[in-house]
Formats: sequence, C-alpha cells, structure tokens
Amino acid sequence: MTQQHINIADTELLLANEKMKIEVNDLRLYYGDSMALKNINLQIPEKRVTAFIGPSGCGKSTLLRCFNRMNDLVDICRIEGKILMDGQNIYDKSVDVAELRRQVGMVFQKPNPFPKTIYENVAYGLRLQGVKDKRVLDEVVETSLKGAALWNEVKDRLHDNAFGLSGGQQQRLVIARAIAIEPEVLLLDEPASALDPISTLKIEELIYELKDRYTIVIVTHNMQQAARVSDYTAFMYMGDLIEFDATNKMFTNPSEQQTEDYITGRFG
Amino acid sequence: MRAWFRTGTPWIWLNAGAIALSLVMVLGVLGLITVHGASHFWPADLEQIQLRQTDGTETTLLAEVVRTEEVSAAVLKDSGVLMDKVAAVYQRHLLKLGNRDVYGVDFRWYLDQQLSNYSKPLNATVIERREWGNFYGFPQTLLEAQKVVAEGAAVWPELISRIARANQIHEQIGDIEKVEIGRINRKLNDLRLAERKLELNDADAATVESAKQQAAEDRAALDAEYAELQQQLEQLYAAAKRDNVVVTTAEGKQLTINLGNIVHAHQPNAMSLLDKIGHYFGAIWNFLADDPREANTEGGIFPAIFGTVTMVILMSIIVTPFGVLAAIYLREYAKDGPLLRVIRISVYNLAGVPSIVYGVFGLGFFVYIMGGSIDALFYPESLPAPTFGTPGLFWASLTLALLTLPVVIVSTEEGLSRIPSTIRMGSLALGATKSETLWKVVVPLATPAMMTGLILAIARAAGEVAPLMLVGVVKLAPTLPVDGNFPFVHLDQKIMHLGFHVYDVGFQSPNVEASRPLLYATALVLVVLIMVLNMAAIHLRNKLREKYRSESD
Repeated sequence: MTQQHINIADTELLLANEKMKIEVNDLRLYYGDSMALKNINLQIPEKRVTAFIGPSGCGKSTLLRCFNRMNDLVDICRIEGKILMDGQNIYDKSVDVAELRRQVGMVFQKPNPFPKTIYENVAYGLRLQGVKDKRVLDEVVETSLKGAALWNEVKDRLHDNAFGLSGGQQQRLVIARAIAIEPEVLLLDEPASALDPISTLKIEELIYELKDRYTIVIVTHNMQQAARVSDYTAFMYMGDLIEFDATNKMFTNPSEQQTEDYITGRFG
Repeated sequence: MRAWFRTGTPWIWLNAGAIALSLVMVLGVLGLITVHGASHFWPADLEQIQLRQTDGTETTLLAEVVRTEEVSAAVLKDSGVLMDKVAAVYQRHLLKLGNRDVYGVDFRWYLDQQLSNYSKPLNATVIERREWGNFYGFPQTLLEAQKVVAEGAAVWPELISRIARANQIHEQIGDIEKVEIGRINRKLNDLRLAERKLELNDADAATVESAKQQAAEDRAALDAEYAELQQQLEQLYAAAKRDNVVVTTAEGKQLTINLGNIVHAHQPNAMSLLDKIGHYFGAIWNFLADDPREANTEGGIFPAIFGTVTMVILMSIIVTPFGVLAAIYLREYAKDGPLLRVIRISVYNLAGVPSIVYGVFGLGFFVYIMGGSIDALFYPESLPAPTFGTPGLFWASLTLALLTLPVVIVSTEEGLSRIPSTIRMGSLALGATKSETLWKVVVPLATPAMMTGLILAIARAAGEVAPLMLVGVVKLAPTLPVDGNFPFVHLDQKIMHLGFHVYDVGFQSPNVEASRPLLYATALVLVVLIMVLNMAAIHLRNKLREKYRSESD
C-alpha cells in the first residue's frame, strides 16, 4: 500500500515537471447507442512519446482519432466532454477542423501514399496551403524526407510514383508528408504493424529522433515497442483508461492488476 | 460420375463453352459482314454471254455474274418464266448488266439453260459514271469537241489520261462550289439576317438607312465576286465536258458518254493480279472518302463517317462532365437514405428505357421546346426558318448524352467507391477539406473508372440509330458540320450517320441489288469505327491506370 503511494507520488512529481500539450476531460464517445470511450481523463505531455496499449477494441485508436477529430467522419459518432490542446477545446464550434488537422498530423496503420510522385506526396500539404514557390517546396521536401530518414533512399527518384517504394519506405514517406506541414502533435496509429522487422526498427528509430520536435502519441499492439519508444504509457481496456504512468514504471511495476495481467500476457 | 462433378471439371467446361459460343457468334457476324462487304470492291471479270430469250431470239450480254442459286420449277412456272417443266430444280444466275440508261434495270436473273458461249473479251470495259450507274461495253472512238482523237486500241490509254484530267477539273469545281461559293452564300445570308435584325429591333430610321446602304454595298461586292466565280465555274464545266467517248454495248448499240460524267474506268479482264489489288484498295479508299451518289446506292460514305465521329465526340464532351459530377454528388455528398436509393434506382433504370423514347423526348423537349426558345431569343431574325428549333447535330448529341448518362454515372460511382478510405483519410489528416481531397486525390484515382464508363457510352452511342432519326440524322447531308466558316462547328446542321445509313441503304433503297454490298460494307465500317473509338479510349484508360497504379485497381 505504502509502496503504491510512493510510486504515485513519483509519477506525479514526474508529470508535474512536464508541460502538458493535450488534456482530456471527462471524454465520452458513443457509436450510436454504445459507449466506446467511458469518461476518459488524461494529460499528454509535450515533446514526449506517449503510447496507448490495450487489447483490440479497447478504444485506443478511437481515442487517438479524437485528437484530430477524425471521428467526425463517422456519422453515428457522438462525443461528450472536452479535449484541450494548449488550453483550447478542440471540439469548440469555433475551431476550424482543417486547421486543427494541420497542427495534429496523423500516420495510419497501412501506408497510404497518394497516387502521385514522391515529391508531390510530400509537397501535398504545402500545396493545400497555397505554397507555390518552387524553392520553398524543394527545401521542405528535402528537409522532411531527411527528417523521416528517407532522403538518401529516394533523392534520385523524387519524381517516380510513390507506389514504387517498399512498405517501410512508404510508411516513412507518409511520416515525411505529415511533418512537412510542421504539425505540433503527431498521431501514429500502429505505424509499424504492417511492416517487416527491419522497417519496424527504422520507424522506431525515427520516432526516437522526432520526439525532440513533436509531441507524439502512438497506438501499438506491440508491448516491446511501447516499452522501447515511449516515455509514458496509457493502458486501456473496454473503453476505460485503466492506468497512465511513466513507461518504465508501467512495465516494471504496474499499479493495477489488469495492467500487469495484460503486460505479462495473461490475457488480451 | 459424382466424383467427376465434385472435381469442378464440368463447371470449367460449361464456362469455356459459354465463352466459345459467344466468340463463335461474334466472329460469325464479323466474318459475314467482312466477307460480303470487302468482296464488293474486287474488280470482277466481265463475261460476254450468249442469251437465248424465251421467244427464241438470241442476243449477247456483257455482264458480271453476281451469284448463282437453285430454284424449284414451280416457282419459275408461277412467275411465268418457265414454259416447259422438265426438271424439278433449275439453276439461275444473277447478272449485273449495268447500263441502266439502256436496259432500265441493271440486275437481272437468267436461267442457266438460257446462257451459253461464255467468254472474257480483254477490251470489255467498266465505266463508272456519276449518273446511271456503271456502263459495261466496249470503247470505240474518242472525240474532242466532235473531232476524233483516237480510235481502236489507241482509245484506252488516251481515255484514261483524259478521265484523269476531267476529274481534276471536277475537283476544282467542287472546291469552288463548296468552299468559295459556300462562303459567299453565308456572307449574303448574314447580311440579310443583320438587316432583318435591325428591322426587328426598331432601330431609328437613320441607322437603318445607313446600315442598308452599307449592306447594299457589301452585297454588290459579293455579287460581283459571285459572278466572277460563276464565270470561272462555267469555263471549268465546259472544259470538263470537252471530251466524249463513243461506246458500244454487247449487242452493238452505240452511245456517247461525256468524260465529265465519268468517275473511273477499268478493263477487269485485262488486269493483272497486281492491278486488281491496286484497284481494290483504290475502290475502298473511294468508298471511304467520297460523297454518296444515286440515292446512296453508289459512291462513298464519307459524310456518314464524319457525322458519326463528330456526333460521338460531341456526345462524349457533353456526357462526361454531367455523368461524373452527378456520380460524385451521389457517392460523396448525398446523404444515404430512401431518397438517395430512389434516385439511384431511377438512374439505373434509365439505362433500360427504350432508345426510341429518348428520341421522342429529344424531339419534343430539346428540339421543339429548347430549340424553339433559343430561336426566339437569339435568332429571331431568321424566323420562321428555324435555326436550332429543328433536328440537328447538337440535339442528336444531347439526346445520345442523355441516353448514355446512366452508364457513365454507374461506372464512375463504382470507381469512387473502390478508392480505399485510407487514402481519403490521409488527405483529410493533412488538413485538406473534403472537396480538396475529392478533387486532388479521389477523382484522379477514379479516372480509369470514368473512362470505362465513357467507353461503354461510346460503344452504345455509336451504334444507336432509332432516336437519331428523330433528332438530327438524315438520309443525305453532303455538307459536313465542320468547315472553314465561322464558328467552324455548325451545331445546328443535320448530319449523316453510319447506323442510319445502314438502315437507309438496306431498307429504303430504290435499287436493292446495287446497295446490298454497300450495306455490308457500311456495317463493316461502323463496326470498325466503334472498335477504333473504343480502342482509343481503352488505350487512354490504360495509360491513366499506369499513372495511378495502386491497390485500388
């Protein structure tokens, strides 16, 4: 009992030193009549990697999609509660969703490059913002591809179709595309689950490098991955946030029995 | 046996059988029209034949044997041809005699037993004429302004070179009549309409007066130009008609043919195989490139090919944007519900409405209501003569566009629904709005599907005849809808169409035997044309597919 108290105090101390980027207050999300997220309260620290883990269908991807309002695309989805980003409720009526999504980039489970050249894929977001200057575009494409550790592999074929790349390269291209518009937050929805081990390793290294500049939230099924890349971990189960803690603590000494069971592979 | 069924082998056989049957039918139809259509242009030999007529008199024929068939004696007896019934079945030949001006008809059946002494005289000549069809006979003397210039064997080479000269002059005449005089007529008409417009607009007297003066001056200038051209034309006509050739028919009747009236002449019996091949391709070219003659039973089909292509292209230009926009709205924006389902079912069912109904609708709504309104609003000066209030190219294209709209909508919708949602999500996640995502990512990806829709639409539209008879296609319209006079594409003009040409040549022709091969040839051209249009569209689609290669295909 005392042990636990000390641990909680540790974590609170740790979290108190962090600047919070996103704050989730009493978030409830319904698909039609069924409640998919039950009263979530969570704070995500800035320029850190936060991992969401939990068994399939626990709502971790759904929660992730709340941060850039991707759930708006689902007709039957309804949301109660607040999500504050830098103190501003992103579900406020005055919020421009397109602007929000420019600040909160997202990478999906399956690589989804556009049917365009590598160059045009990366330049897509900038072109949307009306950037036409060739020099600016060239520069951003180069820095983004370098940022996504892809530049050396594609610099000689920037104007080839993006579908010619391998799966891992495509995923890094998608990350380059996301960071080209300089978002503040990067949401990664199981970014390596469709990739081979070597590509996965590259993506993980990339996440490690990117966390200096972006607040990263990653959903993963892979416990080792969460342990390797994240600073904080949230464990979710059946729409509830069971535990949120520093990753080291979570994987060595979880406070909840359910978390321990899941991490040690007793269910899920 | 049950084991055999369980292996699935019978299904494979069934499927393969279905494919084989379809192939046999398609190839059968294509083969039939190809054989019949393409053989028409081969220069057949002329046979000189001894004919014993039913009254016992003998005469000589020079003819092409078109085909041979067996008939029963009863049929012949009923028609009064056969007097003595000996055998049960008789053989008869269809001979193409030509010389319609001499015999009245150019095709006639004769019983085999009436004909004897077949021979192929080398100097038997086919003269293709602008009027009266072919002449079959022997050239005797060549006259230039009543003076003999060649006789006997010297006639043939001289005749060929002089026909070439006359044809050259004819081309000049055609140029002047179609281009120059067409331009002057148009200008005169424009002047007339401008004056009428001033009158209708109640302009003040001074303006009208000065405009009239100006018009009178312009008209005088045009009239002078016209008179000059007219004179030029008269000279050319005289030059074209300078020479005559005296010919005799097989039975010895003499007549004179003016060289201005001759399109082409050849001596099939004297031709080598190479000559015949040359003549064959020349004849095919003439068929494709010439205007029709003699109530569409002779000459070429160029205006029909041109009209068909123009109409199909115009239809594609109209139907593609409409169909694509409608499909995008239905698939991307419309809210799912009973109303949307009703609309979608209605669109699908439009594809099943009989095409003649579209024709009637086009005539009633497009031509009379829309066209009438356009005339009243924009062309009041030419009323009561209608400009757009009458069937024409534009209305035909619009009616076909309406007819093919469901096809384009359905395939575009299917194409849009196949675009993976991850790609849309990717674009939205980068801060693109829905319409930006649609136009920059989704629609380009769906272009191959749109092309598929267009391919089906073209195939359907190019072969459609029934509605066109009501909204703009006519039997003969030698002036093309595209020319050098502003605005270059004349949407109000009536056009010829290959499908309608097939109908016209096949069922409305005054000379069945003469038009029969043309019917096959026209059908062949139509099929080939549709294939070419389709292949062009498929080629384009494959290029687009290559460009947007992705998991979605």
